[in-house]
Amino acid sequence: MAAQIGQFALALAWVVTAYSVMASILGIRYKHDKLIASGRNAALGVTACITTAIVCLGYLFAVSDFSIKYIAAHSNRDLPIYFKISSIWGGQEGSLLFWGWLLTTYTALVVIQNWRKHSSMMPYVTAVLMTTSLFFTSMHLFAVNPFNQTVILQSQISPIPFVPRDGSGLNPLLQDAYMVIHPPMLYLGFVGFAVPFAFAMAAMITRQLGDTWIRTTRRWTMVAWMFLSIGILLGGKWAYHELGWGGFWAWDPVENASLMPWLIGTAFLHSVMVQEKKGMLKIWNMVLVIMTYIMSIFGTFLTRSGVVNSVHAFAQSSIGGYFAAFLVVALSGALYLVFDRLPLLKSENQMESIVSRESSFMFNNLILLAACFAVFWGTMFPVISEAIKGVKITVSAPFFNKVNVPIAIFLMFLTGVGPLLAWRKASTNSLKRNFLWPALIALSAGVVLYIRGVHHFYAWLSLVTSIFVAITIVREFYKGAKARATGTGENFVEAVVNLTLRNTRRYGGYVVHFAFGLMFIGWSGQAFTTDGSSELGVGDTMNIREYTLRVEKLGTEDTANYSSDKATMGLFEYGKKVANLYPERRVYKAGSEPQPTSEVAIYSTMKNDLYVVFAGASTDGRKAIVQIFYNPLTMWVWIGGVVLVIGTLIALLPNKKTPARRKPEAESKEEPKNIEAKVS
Amino acid sequence: MKRKQLKFAIGSVLIVLTLSYLAYSGYQESKTYYHTVPELYSLKEKAYDLRLQVSGDVVPGSIQRDGKVVSFVIGAEPQTLRVKYVGKDPLPDTLIDRATAMATGKMGRDGVFVADTMLAKCASKYEKETAAGVQISKKSN
Repeated sequence: MAAQIGQFALALAWVVTAYSVMASILGIRYKHDKLIASGRNAALGVTACITTAIVCLGYLFAVSDFSIKYIAAHSNRDLPIYFKISSIWGGQEGSLLFWGWLLTTYTALVVIQNWRKHSSMMPYVTAVLMTTSLFFTSMHLFAVNPFNQTVILQSQISPIPFVPRDGSGLNPLLQDAYMVIHPPMLYLGFVGFAVPFAFAMAAMITRQLGDTWIRTTRRWTMVAWMFLSIGILLGGKWAYHELGWGGFWAWDPVENASLMPWLIGTAFLHSVMVQEKKGMLKIWNMVLVIMTYIMSIFGTFLTRSGVVNSVHAFAQSSIGGYFAAFLVVALSGALYLVFDRLPLLKSENQMESIVSRESSFMFNNLILLAACFAVFWGTMFPVISEAIKGVKITVSAPFFNKVNVPIAIFLMFLTGVGPLLAWRKASTNSLKRNFLWPALIALSAGVVLYIRGVHHFYAWLSLVTSIFVAITIVREFYKGAKARATGTGENFVEAVVNLTLRNTRRYGGYVVHFAFGLMFIGWSGQAFTTDGSSELGVGDTMNIREYTLRVEKLGTEDTANYSSDKATMGLFEYGKKVANLYPERRVYKAGSEPQPTSEVAIYSTMKNDLYVVFAGASTDGRKAIVQIFYNPLTMWVWIGGVVLVIGTLIALLPNKKTPARRKPEAESKEEPKNIEAKVS
Repeated sequence: MKRKQLKFAIGSVLIVLTLSYLAYSGYQESKTYYHTVPELYSLKEKAYDLRLQVSGDVVPGSIQRDGKVVSFVIGAEPQTLRVKYVGKDPLPDTLIDRATAMATGKMGRDGVFVADTMLAKCASKYEKETAAGVQISKKSN
């Protein structure tokens, strides 16, 4: 029954989506208000339909209805309920439905939030979002329908419906808490970029190319960017916990697919500020918002079409053609609009100096795009080389690292310098005032690091740059707060809080930059990993740096879902016991072939992670093959992630507008810079 | 104005050139030719010089562990390939009988492929199973 309801909801969604696109466009064309309103209501109706469909799918998982193929292929009776629900996005059909559902939910929010405020643009925004939605509902319905029945195929007779006694289970690698939360975050990011894109298109169509569309979508862009960042980081965390190779980023095509829109989205977030403040880079921003959206769709395409080999890609399928067609249509339509509106996208100002805020934004953009370009080439190289030379050539980590590590460090440097440069032209004096001390302190820290044994060039440079950036940011807060405290009589902490709340965007941005400093510290640590492996019986020990690992017990465990070999190990730091670790080797029971996975045990501190893998039993079965990785500073990557979210949330807050008793100096920060610029 | 634009141009060109050089050297260092087992044999002499990625299904029962070194056979009769894995990372859990393995490394003169990186795809396990018996039908809805 639920399957039929879901199926019907999908079909209805398709019809209503198509209607919404038509009604919105025709309504504007013939200035028919009722038709426009009807197009909007239809968009809300689509949200209701897709919501119904996804609830039905969740219900089918909950009751283990294996007459539905998608359920039979991604669940089994003994799967815990939270994994059953997360199986909704555990496979091709369901995850696309989930994508579509988020898109329609966003659409509903946008429509409700902006309908009155931007009445001339909104019908177009609705039309663009609904066109994207039409693409997804078409796929739900015709290509990858999650409500198809399980049938048995035999060569002599036609397919007959079939209800297996149990499902073949969720891929064990996906049975992980991070996999419950990682895909929704990632999709919230991917899908979110459709909103600024839709507004950009509407702005071009209506020729309202002022900064209305940018101001309206600023928060949406930040929200999408934040979710995408969280999604990428959680993906790394998942890989770290689940894949058992000791790292969190492998330049796998699926990872790259999420990184590409992030890189361009980051460029967009920065360069819109130049447009807001100076009326420059208008064409560029259009191109960036289009590319961010296209890359989000492209990333989804890359993960699902099977065009590139990847560990965690979905199985090969027929949807590649649908995606390719949609990408071509969306890209050419959008670029045509840009081309047609070029005269309206004229820049109001010009670059004046190579040492200015504008130019730091420009270089930030240039290298973010270069990074995206490199990632794109590296990921698509097998496809491209096969098309041109007839042989698949893949490139791996050395390629990506060689290009992207210097880019990342240069970006980090800009992160410290850019926000403190004056618009137009920074004077030598201001450079000295802002950067002399941070640079000196960072360099002396660099000397200490070198003496303490940090000889890896990039890691050293990255640490020094991070320290430099951290100091500039802390100093900005300190200077601002001190000035405010003197002006208003607040104490220092109050001053920091009020300073931040009165210019959330700026100080939130600083916090995000600071977060990257923390993450860079974590990444630098990865240059110093060591590892070892050994066969250990009960009572045997193994040393790595300051740690000693001793096997206390080797046992087995059996649950309905899996059976496992489990080791109990004592961990000693400088001979003192610090923890018990329980690495496991599980064999999941569902499906025709049992699937083994390693559950790693990680002892994590701010200094380093000790990562223990139970790789299997030795040939005689009496010893455990144990692999350990010693990863310095890894925790800082995750701490940085948390700070990143806090920073973005601060930036999303509206500015507090309490009148200060006296105009605090910090507030007029922008002013002296301009004066200074004029003087110089 | 002209001079300033020239500065930007020079700055940008320098960045792009540096990155292109890095990209090229990274490419040279890590480029890997992808082949299936039969394709590998048709390469003859060339097979010994290039860094290769070979893919094929693991022959059931062929996985052997000898201390840290794991070896197994991939491909389908008559063209199979013995692979010896010597990499430092733990072998992927997905490397089981009949999984599709992708071994990256070099072809040895003794006919054994020495791999330093292994990928194994088993997400398709379910799909394979489906192909064998249970399958969707367009007519069923």
